[in-house]
Amino acid sequence: MEYLLLIYHSEAEVGKLSEAEKGKLHQEYGTFTQSLVQSGHFKAGHGLQPTATATTVRVRNGKRLTTDGPFAETKEQLGGYYLIEAKDLDEAIAIAARIPSVRMGAVEVRPLMEG
Amino acid sequence: MDIERLYRDESGRILATLIRLLGDFDLAEEAVQEAFAAALEQWPAAGTPDNPRAWLVGTARHKAVDRLRRQTRFQAKREEVGRLAALEAPADGRDEPEGAVADDPLRLIFTCCHPALAVEAQVALTLRTLAGLTTEEVARAFLVPVPTMAQRLVRAKQKIRSAGIPYRVPADAELPERLEAVMLAVYLVFNEGYAATSGDALVRRELCAEAIRLGRLLCELMPGPSEPRALLALMLLHDSRRGARAGPDGDIVLLEDQDRRLWDQAQIREGIALAETARRDGGPGFYALQAAIAACHARAPRAEVTDWRQIARLYDLLLRVNPSPVIELNRAAAVAMAEGPAQGLRLLDALEADGRLRDYPLLPAARADLLRRLGRWSEAAQAYRQALDLTENDPLRRFLAGRLAEAEARAGTA
Repeated sequence: MEYLLLIYHSEAEVGKLSEAEKGKLHQEYGTFTQSLVQSGHFKAGHGLQPTATATTVRVRNGKRLTTDGPFAETKEQLGGYYLIEAKDLDEAIAIAARIPSVRMGAVEVRPLMEG
Repeated sequence: MDIERLYRDESGRILATLIRLLGDFDLAEEAVQEAFAAALEQWPAAGTPDNPRAWLVGTARHKAVDRLRRQTRFQAKREEVGRLAALEAPADGRDEPEGAVADDPLRLIFTCCHPALAVEAQVALTLRTLAGLTTEEVARAFLVPVPTMAQRLVRAKQKIRSAGIPYRVPADAELPERLEAVMLAVYLVFNEGYAATSGDALVRRELCAEAIRLGRLLCELMPGPSEPRALLALMLLHDSRRGARAGPDGDIVLLEDQDRRLWDQAQIREGIALAETARRDGGPGFYALQAAIAACHARAPRAEVTDWRQIARLYDLLLRVNPSPVIELNRAAAVAMAEGPAQGLRLLDALEADGRLRDYPLLPAARADLLRRLGRWSEAAQAYRQALDLTENDPLRRFLAGRLAEAEARAGTA
Protein backbone atom coordinates (compact mmCIF):
# COMPACT_ATOMS: atom_id res chain seq x y z
CA MET A 1 0.00 0.00 0.00
CA GLU A 2 1.00 3.61 -0.47
CA TYR A 3 1.02 6.01 2.44
CA LEU A 4 1.53 9.74 2.59
CA LEU A 5 3.47 10.81 5.66
CA LEU A 6 2.63 14.43 6.42
CA ILE A 7 5.20 16.14 8.60
CA TYR A 8 3.87 18.80 10.93
CA HIS A 9 6.16 21.07 12.91
CA SER A 10 6.08 24.50 14.45
CA GLU A 11 7.76 26.94 12.07
CA ALA A 12 8.40 29.22 15.04
CA GLU A 13 10.31 26.46 16.86
CA VAL A 14 12.31 25.56 13.77
CA GLY A 15 13.11 29.25 13.29
CA LYS A 16 14.69 29.35 16.74
CA LEU A 17 17.22 26.63 15.90
CA SER A 18 20.87 27.72 15.55
CA GLU A 19 22.63 27.36 12.20
CA ALA A 20 24.54 24.35 13.56
CA GLU A 21 21.31 22.69 14.71
CA LYS A 22 19.64 23.36 11.36
CA GLY A 23 22.64 21.84 9.59
CA LYS A 24 22.43 18.74 11.77
CA LEU A 25 18.68 18.34 11.09
CA HIS A 26 19.29 18.74 7.37
CA GLN A 27 21.94 16.07 7.50
CA GLU A 28 19.65 13.71 9.45
CA TYR A 29 17.00 14.13 6.77
CA GLY A 30 19.57 13.34 4.09
CA THR A 31 20.58 10.12 5.83
CA PHE A 32 16.96 9.14 6.51
CA THR A 33 15.83 9.75 2.91
CA GLN A 34 18.82 7.77 1.63
CA SER A 35 17.88 4.81 3.85
CA LEU A 36 14.28 4.88 2.56
CA VAL A 37 15.51 4.85 -1.03
CA GLN A 38 17.78 1.91 -0.26
CA SER A 39 15.07 -0.11 1.50
CA GLY A 40 12.73 0.44 -1.45
CA HIS A 41 10.06 2.32 0.53
CA PHE A 42 10.69 5.73 -1.01
CA LYS A 43 8.38 7.02 -3.73
CA ALA A 44 8.65 10.79 -3.28
CA GLY A 45 9.38 13.35 -0.59
CA HIS A 46 10.09 17.04 -0.15
CA GLY A 47 10.35 19.75 2.43
CA LEU A 48 7.95 22.66 1.95
CA GLN A 49 8.65 26.39 1.99
CA PRO A 50 7.19 28.07 5.11
CA THR A 51 3.45 28.83 5.26
CA ALA A 52 4.22 32.52 4.69
CA THR A 53 4.63 31.50 1.03
CA ALA A 54 1.28 29.68 0.94
CA THR A 55 -1.78 30.76 -1.02
CA THR A 56 -5.23 29.23 -0.57
CA VAL A 57 -7.70 29.05 -3.45
CA ARG A 58 -11.46 28.45 -3.28
CA VAL A 59 -14.17 28.62 -5.93
CA ARG A 60 -17.65 29.59 -4.69
CA ASN A 61 -20.60 30.05 -7.05
CA GLY A 62 -18.19 30.01 -9.95
CA LYS A 63 -16.20 32.85 -8.43
CA ARG A 64 -12.55 32.37 -7.53
CA LEU A 65 -11.42 33.51 -4.08
CA THR A 66 -7.70 33.63 -3.48
CA THR A 67 -6.34 34.36 -0.01
CA ASP A 68 -2.93 34.72 1.53
CA GLY A 69 -1.77 32.01 3.90
CA PRO A 70 -2.35 28.29 4.59
CA PHE A 71 -5.76 26.58 4.68
CA ALA A 72 -5.83 26.58 8.47
CA GLU A 73 -3.91 28.70 10.96
CA THR A 74 -2.66 26.31 13.60
CA LYS A 75 0.15 26.03 16.08
CA GLU A 76 1.95 23.49 13.89
CA GLN A 77 2.23 23.63 10.13
CA LEU A 78 2.66 21.17 7.29
CA GLY A 79 6.39 21.28 6.67
CA GLY A 80 7.03 18.40 4.28
CA TYR A 81 5.95 14.97 3.19
CA TYR A 82 7.09 11.54 2.13
CA LEU A 83 5.18 9.27 -0.20
CA ILE A 84 6.13 5.72 0.68
CA GLU A 85 5.32 2.15 -0.23
CA ALA A 86 4.75 0.01 2.86
CA LYS A 87 3.40 -3.48 3.45
CA ASP A 88 0.87 -2.33 6.04
CA LEU A 89 0.04 0.39 8.55
CA ASP A 90 2.53 -0.98 11.10
CA GLU A 91 5.40 -0.63 8.64
CA ALA A 92 4.24 2.89 7.70
CA ILE A 93 4.04 3.88 11.39
CA ALA A 94 7.52 2.47 12.02
CA ILE A 95 8.90 4.61 9.18
CA ALA A 96 6.99 7.69 10.36
CA ALA A 97 8.55 7.27 13.80
CA ARG A 98 12.03 7.58 12.22
CA ILE A 99 11.40 10.93 10.52
CA PRO A 100 13.71 13.44 12.27
CA SER A 101 10.98 16.07 12.88
CA VAL A 102 8.76 13.57 14.71
CA ARG A 103 10.70 14.34 17.90
CA MET A 104 9.56 18.01 17.83
CA GLY A 105 6.36 17.83 15.85
CA ALA A 106 4.13 15.05 14.59
CA VAL A 107 3.62 12.93 11.49
CA GLU A 108 0.20 12.11 10.13
CA VAL A 109 0.03 8.77 8.31
CA ARG A 110 -2.56 8.69 5.52
CA PRO A 111 -3.20 5.71 3.28
CA LEU A 112 -3.68 6.59 -0.39
CA MET A 113 -6.82 5.50 -2.20
CA GLU A 114 -6.17 2.45 -4.31
CA GLY A 115 -6.69 2.10 -8.04
CA MET B 1 -24.57 -31.98 18.02
CA ASP B 2 -26.06 -28.82 19.43
CA ILE B 3 -25.33 -26.26 16.70
CA GLU B 4 -26.46 -23.35 18.85
CA ARG B 5 -23.94 -24.36 21.51
CA LEU B 6 -21.22 -24.81 18.86
CA TYR B 7 -22.01 -21.31 17.63
CA ARG B 8 -21.59 -19.84 21.10
CA ASP B 9 -18.42 -21.79 21.84
CA GLU B 10 -16.63 -21.69 18.52
CA SER B 11 -17.88 -18.88 16.28
CA GLY B 12 -15.27 -16.41 17.58
CA ARG B 13 -12.38 -18.73 16.82
CA ILE B 14 -13.81 -19.75 13.45
CA LEU B 15 -14.26 -16.08 12.60
CA ALA B 16 -10.65 -15.38 13.62
CA THR B 17 -9.43 -18.02 11.16
CA LEU B 18 -11.69 -16.75 8.38
CA ILE B 19 -10.48 -13.17 8.83
CA ARG B 20 -6.92 -14.40 8.39
CA LEU B 21 -7.85 -16.39 5.29
CA LEU B 22 -10.02 -13.68 3.71
CA GLY B 23 -8.34 -10.52 4.97
CA ASP B 24 -11.73 -8.86 5.41
CA PHE B 25 -13.84 -8.63 8.58
CA ASP B 26 -17.23 -8.14 6.91
CA LEU B 27 -16.74 -10.83 4.31
CA ALA B 28 -15.58 -13.22 7.06
CA GLU B 29 -18.57 -12.41 9.31
CA GLU B 30 -21.03 -13.03 6.49
CA ALA B 31 -19.30 -16.25 5.47
CA VAL B 32 -19.35 -17.61 9.05
CA GLN B 33 -23.07 -16.82 9.35
CA GLU B 34 -23.76 -18.60 6.06
CA ALA B 35 -21.70 -21.62 7.12
CA PHE B 36 -23.70 -21.98 10.36
CA ALA B 37 -26.93 -21.59 8.39
CA ALA B 38 -25.75 -24.40 6.09
CA ALA B 39 -24.94 -26.55 9.14
CA LEU B 40 -28.47 -26.04 10.51
CA GLU B 41 -29.85 -27.14 7.15
CA GLN B 42 -27.60 -30.13 6.46
CA TRP B 43 -26.45 -31.68 9.73
CA PRO B 44 -29.83 -32.89 11.03
CA ALA B 45 -30.26 -35.09 7.91
CA ALA B 46 -26.68 -35.83 6.84
CA GLY B 47 -25.25 -36.18 10.34
CA THR B 48 -22.62 -34.09 12.10
CA PRO B 49 -19.22 -34.15 10.39
CA ASP B 50 -16.25 -35.70 12.24
CA ASN B 51 -14.58 -32.34 12.71
CA PRO B 52 -17.39 -29.75 12.88
CA ARG B 53 -14.97 -26.84 13.23
CA ALA B 54 -12.99 -27.74 10.10
CA TRP B 55 -16.28 -28.30 8.24
CA LEU B 56 -17.48 -24.83 9.22
CA VAL B 57 -14.15 -23.18 8.28
CA GLY B 58 -14.12 -24.98 4.92
CA THR B 59 -17.76 -24.19 4.19
CA ALA B 60 -17.38 -20.53 5.18
CA ARG B 61 -14.39 -20.30 2.89
CA HIS B 62 -16.35 -21.72 -0.05
CA LYS B 63 -19.23 -19.32 0.66
CA ALA B 64 -16.79 -16.40 0.65
CA VAL B 65 -15.22 -17.53 -2.62
CA ASP B 66 -18.72 -17.77 -4.18
CA ARG B 67 -19.55 -14.32 -2.97
CA LEU B 68 -16.28 -12.84 -4.26
CA ARG B 69 -16.80 -14.54 -7.60
CA ARG B 70 -20.28 -13.02 -7.93
CA GLN B 71 -18.89 -9.61 -7.04
CA THR B 72 -15.94 -9.78 -9.45
CA ARG B 73 -18.24 -10.62 -12.33
CA PHE B 74 -19.58 -7.08 -12.06
CA GLN B 75 -16.54 -5.18 -10.96
CA ALA B 76 -13.39 -6.83 -12.22
CA LYS B 77 -11.07 -5.29 -9.69
CA ARG B 78 -7.53 -6.48 -9.98
CA GLU B 79 -7.18 -6.85 -6.23
CA GLU B 80 -10.32 -8.98 -5.86
CA VAL B 81 -9.31 -11.31 -8.66
CA GLY B 82 -5.91 -11.78 -7.09
CA ARG B 83 -7.45 -12.54 -3.71
CA LEU B 84 -9.82 -15.02 -5.27
CA ALA B 85 -6.96 -16.87 -6.93
CA ALA B 86 -5.08 -17.05 -3.64
CA LEU B 87 -8.17 -18.35 -1.84
CA GLU B 88 -9.02 -21.03 -4.34
CA ALA B 89 -5.52 -22.48 -4.35
CA PRO B 90 -5.72 -24.62 -1.18
CA ALA B 91 -8.42 -27.30 -1.17
CA ASP B 92 -10.22 -26.12 1.97
CA GLY B 93 -9.67 -25.27 5.65
CA ARG B 94 -8.84 -28.85 6.60
CA ASP B 95 -5.16 -28.76 5.73
CA GLU B 96 -4.45 -25.63 7.75
CA PRO B 97 -1.36 -26.01 9.93
CA GLU B 98 -2.47 -26.41 13.56
CA GLY B 99 -0.19 -23.62 14.83
CA ALA B 100 -1.62 -21.02 12.45
CA VAL B 101 -5.18 -21.81 13.54
CA ALA B 102 -4.31 -21.81 17.25
CA ASP B 103 -2.80 -18.32 16.93
CA ASP B 104 -5.81 -16.86 15.11
CA PRO B 105 -7.64 -15.57 18.22
CA LEU B 106 -4.42 -13.85 19.35
CA ARG B 107 -3.98 -12.27 15.90
CA LEU B 108 -7.57 -11.14 15.96
CA ILE B 109 -7.27 -9.52 19.37
CA PHE B 110 -4.05 -7.66 18.50
CA THR B 111 -5.68 -6.37 15.31
CA CYS B 112 -8.85 -5.33 17.11
CA CYS B 113 -6.71 -3.57 19.75
CA HIS B 114 -4.46 -1.75 17.28
CA PRO B 115 -3.48 1.70 18.63
CA ALA B 116 -4.64 3.28 15.36
CA LEU B 117 -8.22 2.52 16.54
CA ALA B 118 -9.97 4.49 19.28
CA VAL B 119 -9.86 2.65 22.63
CA GLU B 120 -13.61 2.20 22.91
CA ALA B 121 -13.68 0.84 19.34
CA GLN B 122 -10.87 -1.62 20.21
CA VAL B 123 -12.74 -3.26 23.04
CA ALA B 124 -16.09 -3.15 21.25
CA LEU B 125 -14.64 -4.85 18.20
CA THR B 126 -13.01 -7.53 20.35
CA LEU B 127 -16.31 -8.27 22.08
CA ARG B 128 -18.19 -8.30 18.78
CA THR B 129 -15.77 -10.53 16.86
CA LEU B 130 -13.79 -12.72 19.23
CA ALA B 131 -16.39 -12.95 21.99
CA GLY B 132 -19.22 -13.24 19.47
CA LEU B 133 -21.52 -10.75 21.22
CA THR B 134 -24.27 -9.14 19.18
CA THR B 135 -24.09 -5.41 18.50
CA GLU B 136 -26.99 -4.99 20.98
CA GLU B 137 -25.05 -6.80 23.70
CA VAL B 138 -21.90 -4.77 23.08
CA ALA B 139 -23.96 -1.57 23.20
CA ARG B 140 -25.41 -2.63 26.55
CA ALA B 141 -21.96 -3.48 27.94
CA PHE B 142 -20.84 0.08 27.05
CA LEU B 143 -24.11 1.75 28.09
CA VAL B 144 -24.51 3.42 24.66
CA PRO B 145 -27.43 3.34 22.16
CA VAL B 146 -27.34 0.50 19.60
CA PRO B 147 -27.00 2.75 16.49
CA THR B 148 -24.01 4.51 18.10
CA MET B 149 -22.32 1.17 18.70
CA ALA B 150 -23.18 -0.10 15.21
CA GLN B 151 -21.58 2.98 13.68
CA ARG B 152 -18.49 2.65 15.90
CA LEU B 153 -18.01 -0.96 14.74
CA VAL B 154 -18.50 -0.10 11.06
CA ARG B 155 -15.94 2.72 11.28
CA ALA B 156 -13.37 0.53 13.02
CA LYS B 157 -13.70 -2.21 10.40
CA GLN B 158 -13.46 0.36 7.61
CA LYS B 159 -10.27 1.75 9.08
CA ILE B 160 -8.72 -1.71 9.43
CA ARG B 161 -9.39 -2.29 5.76
CA SER B 162 -8.56 1.09 4.26
CA ALA B 163 -5.58 2.03 6.43
CA GLY B 164 -3.98 -1.40 6.06
CA ILE B 165 -3.95 -2.42 9.74
CA PRO B 166 -2.23 -5.83 9.61
CA TYR B 167 -3.66 -9.11 10.92
CA ARG B 168 -0.80 -10.42 13.02
CA VAL B 169 0.76 -10.68 16.46
CA PRO B 170 3.20 -7.76 16.65
CA ALA B 171 6.98 -8.18 16.83
CA ASP B 172 8.60 -8.36 20.30
CA ALA B 173 9.77 -4.75 20.23
CA GLU B 174 6.23 -3.48 19.70
CA LEU B 175 4.62 -5.67 22.37
CA PRO B 176 4.97 -3.39 25.42
CA GLU B 177 3.16 -0.55 23.65
CA ARG B 178 0.42 -2.90 22.53
CA LEU B 179 -0.06 -4.92 25.70
CA GLU B 180 -2.19 -2.55 27.79
CA ALA B 181 -5.06 -2.40 25.29
CA VAL B 182 -5.03 -6.16 24.72
CA MET B 183 -5.09 -6.89 28.46
CA LEU B 184 -8.05 -4.57 28.89
CA ALA B 185 -9.91 -6.31 26.09
CA VAL B 186 -9.19 -9.78 27.55
CA TYR B 187 -10.33 -8.54 30.96
CA LEU B 188 -13.60 -7.21 29.52
CA VAL B 189 -14.22 -10.40 27.54
CA PHE B 190 -13.80 -12.31 30.80
CA ASN B 191 -16.12 -9.94 32.65
CA GLU B 192 -18.74 -10.30 29.96
CA GLY B 193 -18.53 -14.06 30.38
CA TYR B 194 -18.51 -13.91 34.17
CA ALA B 195 -21.44 -11.54 34.49
CA ALA B 196 -23.34 -11.99 31.24
CA THR B 197 -25.32 -8.83 30.55
CA SER B 198 -28.11 -10.70 28.84
CA GLY B 199 -29.52 -14.10 28.15
CA ASP B 200 -30.55 -17.01 30.28
CA ALA B 201 -27.16 -18.02 31.66
CA LEU B 202 -25.50 -16.35 34.59
CA VAL B 203 -22.04 -17.22 33.32
CA ARG B 204 -21.07 -17.66 29.70
CA ARG B 205 -18.48 -20.30 30.40
CA GLU B 206 -16.95 -20.34 26.93
CA LEU B 207 -16.19 -16.58 27.11
CA CYS B 208 -14.39 -17.05 30.44
CA ALA B 209 -12.48 -20.04 29.05
CA GLU B 210 -11.46 -18.09 25.95
CA ALA B 211 -10.31 -15.13 28.03
CA ILE B 212 -8.25 -17.41 30.30
CA ARG B 213 -6.72 -19.09 27.27
CA LEU B 214 -5.80 -15.68 25.83
CA GLY B 215 -4.42 -14.68 29.24
CA ARG B 216 -2.13 -17.74 29.17
CA LEU B 217 -1.00 -16.89 25.65
CA LEU B 218 -0.16 -13.33 26.74
CA CYS B 219 1.92 -14.68 29.66
CA GLU B 220 3.83 -16.95 27.27
CA LEU B 221 4.27 -14.14 24.78
CA MET B 222 5.50 -11.74 27.46
CA PRO B 223 7.06 -13.61 30.38
CA GLY B 224 8.79 -10.44 31.62
CA PRO B 225 6.13 -7.94 32.73
CA SER B 226 4.03 -8.86 35.76
CA GLU B 227 0.63 -7.53 34.68
CA PRO B 228 -0.28 -10.38 32.28
CA ARG B 229 0.34 -12.83 35.16
CA ALA B 230 -1.79 -10.69 37.48
CA LEU B 231 -4.59 -10.64 34.90
CA LEU B 232 -4.42 -14.42 34.50
CA ALA B 233 -4.43 -14.86 38.29
CA LEU B 234 -7.47 -12.65 38.63
CA MET B 235 -9.40 -14.58 35.99
CA LEU B 236 -8.44 -17.99 37.41
CA LEU B 237 -9.47 -17.00 40.92
CA HIS B 238 -12.85 -15.68 39.83
CA ASP B 239 -13.44 -18.61 37.51
CA SER B 240 -12.58 -21.08 40.32
CA ARG B 241 -15.93 -20.20 41.92
CA ARG B 242 -17.90 -20.93 38.77
CA GLY B 243 -19.33 -24.26 39.96
CA ALA B 244 -20.65 -22.68 43.16
CA ARG B 245 -22.11 -19.46 41.77
CA ALA B 246 -25.25 -20.98 40.31
CA GLY B 247 -27.74 -23.38 41.85
CA PRO B 248 -29.17 -26.42 40.04
CA ASP B 249 -31.75 -24.25 38.24
CA GLY B 250 -29.20 -21.64 37.23
CA ASP B 251 -30.14 -19.41 40.16
CA ILE B 252 -27.61 -17.00 41.66
CA VAL B 253 -25.82 -18.16 44.81
CA LEU B 254 -24.16 -15.24 46.59
CA LEU B 255 -20.52 -15.47 47.66
CA GLU B 256 -21.47 -15.77 51.34
CA ASP B 257 -23.89 -18.65 50.62
CA GLN B 258 -21.67 -20.61 48.25
CA ASP B 259 -20.59 -24.17 49.02
CA ARG B 260 -16.86 -23.55 49.08
CA ARG B 261 -16.11 -27.25 48.57
CA LEU B 262 -17.24 -26.67 44.95
CA TRP B 263 -14.49 -24.12 44.36
CA ASP B 264 -11.80 -25.38 41.99
CA GLN B 265 -8.79 -25.80 44.27
CA ALA B 266 -6.30 -26.41 41.45
CA GLN B 267 -7.29 -23.12 39.85
CA ILE B 268 -7.09 -21.37 43.23
CA ARG B 269 -3.57 -22.70 43.87
CA GLU B 270 -2.40 -21.60 40.43
CA GLY B 271 -4.15 -18.23 40.76
CA ILE B 272 -2.72 -17.46 44.21
CA ALA B 273 0.81 -18.43 43.11
CA LEU B 274 0.56 -16.20 40.02
CA ALA B 275 -0.94 -13.34 42.03
CA GLU B 276 1.93 -13.50 44.51
CA THR B 277 4.71 -13.47 41.90
CA ALA B 278 2.97 -10.67 39.99
CA ARG B 279 2.59 -8.55 43.11
CA ARG B 280 6.22 -9.18 44.11
CA ASP B 281 7.58 -8.30 40.63
CA GLY B 282 5.28 -5.48 39.69
CA GLY B 283 3.72 -3.96 42.81
CA PRO B 284 0.10 -2.94 43.21
CA GLY B 285 -1.23 -2.47 39.66
CA PHE B 286 -4.79 -2.58 38.36
CA TYR B 287 -4.89 -6.34 37.83
CA ALA B 288 -2.57 -7.25 40.72
CA LEU B 289 -4.84 -5.54 43.25
CA GLN B 290 -7.94 -7.22 41.91
CA ALA B 291 -6.13 -10.56 41.97
CA ALA B 292 -5.17 -9.87 45.61
CA ILE B 293 -8.82 -9.20 46.48
CA ALA B 294 -9.92 -12.40 44.76
CA ALA B 295 -7.16 -14.25 46.65
CA CYS B 296 -8.55 -12.95 49.99
CA HIS B 297 -11.87 -14.63 49.20
CA ALA B 298 -10.20 -17.78 47.89
CA ARG B 299 -8.17 -18.17 51.12
CA ALA B 300 -11.20 -17.97 53.43
CA PRO B 301 -12.46 -21.50 54.13
CA ARG B 302 -15.78 -20.07 55.38
CA ALA B 303 -17.49 -16.77 54.49
CA GLU B 304 -17.42 -15.61 58.15
CA VAL B 305 -13.61 -15.62 58.31
CA THR B 306 -13.15 -13.43 55.20
CA ASP B 307 -10.69 -10.61 55.88
CA TRP B 308 -13.03 -7.78 54.86
CA ARG B 309 -10.79 -5.07 56.35
CA GLN B 310 -7.94 -6.16 54.11
CA ILE B 311 -10.32 -6.28 51.13
CA ALA B 312 -11.56 -2.74 51.86
CA ARG B 313 -7.91 -1.56 52.07
CA LEU B 314 -7.13 -3.19 48.70
CA TYR B 315 -10.15 -1.43 47.18
CA ASP B 316 -8.79 1.87 48.52
CA LEU B 317 -5.52 1.24 46.66
CA LEU B 318 -7.40 0.13 43.57
CA LEU B 319 -9.40 3.37 43.53
CA ARG B 320 -6.13 5.29 43.55
CA VAL B 321 -4.77 3.31 40.58
CA ASN B 322 -8.04 3.37 38.68
CA PRO B 323 -10.78 5.73 39.88
CA SER B 324 -14.12 4.25 38.83
CA PRO B 325 -17.66 4.32 40.21
CA VAL B 326 -17.97 0.52 39.91
CA ILE B 327 -14.89 0.08 42.13
CA GLU B 328 -16.40 2.60 44.58
CA LEU B 329 -19.49 0.40 44.67
CA ASN B 330 -17.41 -2.69 45.45
CA ARG B 331 -15.47 -0.82 48.09
CA ALA B 332 -18.73 0.26 49.74
CA ALA B 333 -19.83 -3.38 49.86
CA ALA B 334 -16.52 -4.37 51.51
CA VAL B 335 -16.82 -1.52 54.04
CA ALA B 336 -20.35 -2.69 54.84
CA MET B 337 -18.98 -6.15 55.65
CA ALA B 338 -16.04 -4.80 57.67
CA GLU B 339 -17.75 -1.97 59.55
CA GLY B 340 -21.47 -2.69 59.27
CA PRO B 341 -24.27 -2.03 56.76
CA ALA B 342 -24.94 1.53 57.91
CA GLN B 343 -21.38 2.60 56.95
CA GLY B 344 -21.69 0.93 53.57
CA LEU B 345 -25.10 2.48 52.95
CA ARG B 346 -23.71 5.96 53.55
CA LEU B 347 -21.13 5.40 50.77
CA LEU B 348 -23.76 3.96 48.41
CA ASP B 349 -26.13 6.89 48.96
CA ALA B 350 -23.33 9.28 47.98
CA LEU B 351 -22.59 7.17 44.91
CA GLU B 352 -26.26 7.19 43.90
CA ALA B 353 -26.46 10.95 44.34
CA ASP B 354 -23.62 11.61 41.88
CA GLY B 355 -25.52 9.80 39.11
CA ARG B 356 -22.59 8.13 37.31
CA LEU B 357 -24.11 4.65 37.78
CA ARG B 358 -27.66 5.64 36.91
CA ASP B 359 -28.26 2.62 34.64
CA TYR B 360 -26.18 0.09 36.56
CA PRO B 361 -28.45 -2.55 38.17
CA LEU B 362 -25.95 -3.62 40.83
CA LEU B 363 -26.05 -0.23 42.59
CA PRO B 364 -29.73 -0.44 43.62
CA ALA B 365 -29.20 -4.18 44.21
CA ALA B 366 -26.36 -3.45 46.65
CA ARG B 367 -28.40 -0.72 48.38
CA ALA B 368 -31.34 -3.09 48.65
CA ASP B 369 -29.15 -5.71 50.28
CA LEU B 370 -27.85 -3.31 52.94
CA LEU B 371 -31.37 -1.97 53.62
CA ARG B 372 -32.50 -5.58 54.01
CA ARG B 373 -29.72 -6.26 56.51
CA LEU B 374 -30.82 -3.15 58.42
CA GLY B 375 -34.43 -4.39 58.45
CA ARG B 376 -35.65 -1.35 56.48
CA TRP B 377 -37.95 -3.56 54.42
CA SER B 378 -40.08 -1.12 52.44
CA GLU B 379 -37.01 0.88 51.33
CA ALA B 380 -35.32 -2.40 50.42
CA ALA B 381 -38.35 -3.40 48.31
CA GLN B 382 -38.21 -0.08 46.51
CA ALA B 383 -34.50 -0.56 45.69
CA TYR B 384 -35.08 -4.15 44.48
CA ARG B 385 -37.77 -2.84 42.12
CA GLN B 386 -35.30 -0.24 40.80
CA ALA B 387 -32.67 -2.92 40.18
CA LEU B 388 -35.20 -5.17 38.40
CA ASP B 389 -36.01 -2.37 35.96
CA LEU B 390 -32.36 -2.14 34.94
CA THR B 391 -31.39 -5.73 34.11
CA GLU B 392 -32.30 -8.27 31.44
CA ASN B 393 -30.17 -11.08 32.82
CA ASP B 394 -32.67 -13.81 33.68
CA PRO B 395 -30.96 -15.36 36.75
CA LEU B 396 -30.33 -11.90 38.20
CA ARG B 397 -33.99 -11.04 37.62
CA ARG B 398 -35.13 -14.21 39.38
CA PHE B 399 -32.82 -13.50 42.31
CA LEU B 400 -34.00 -9.90 42.65
CA ALA B 401 -37.66 -10.91 42.30
CA GLY B 402 -37.23 -13.46 45.10
CA ARG B 403 -35.65 -10.89 47.40
CA LEU B 404 -38.32 -8.35 46.45
CA ALA B 405 -41.10 -10.78 47.42
CA GLU B 406 -39.41 -11.37 50.78
CA ALA B 407 -38.97 -7.63 51.41
CA GLU B 408 -42.59 -6.89 50.46
CA ALA B 409 -43.87 -9.62 52.78
CA ARG B 410 -41.73 -8.35 55.67
CA ALA B 411 -42.69 -4.72 54.97
CA GLY B 412 -46.35 -5.73 55.04
CA THR B 413 -46.11 -7.48 58.42
CA ALA B 414 -43.78 -4.94 60.07
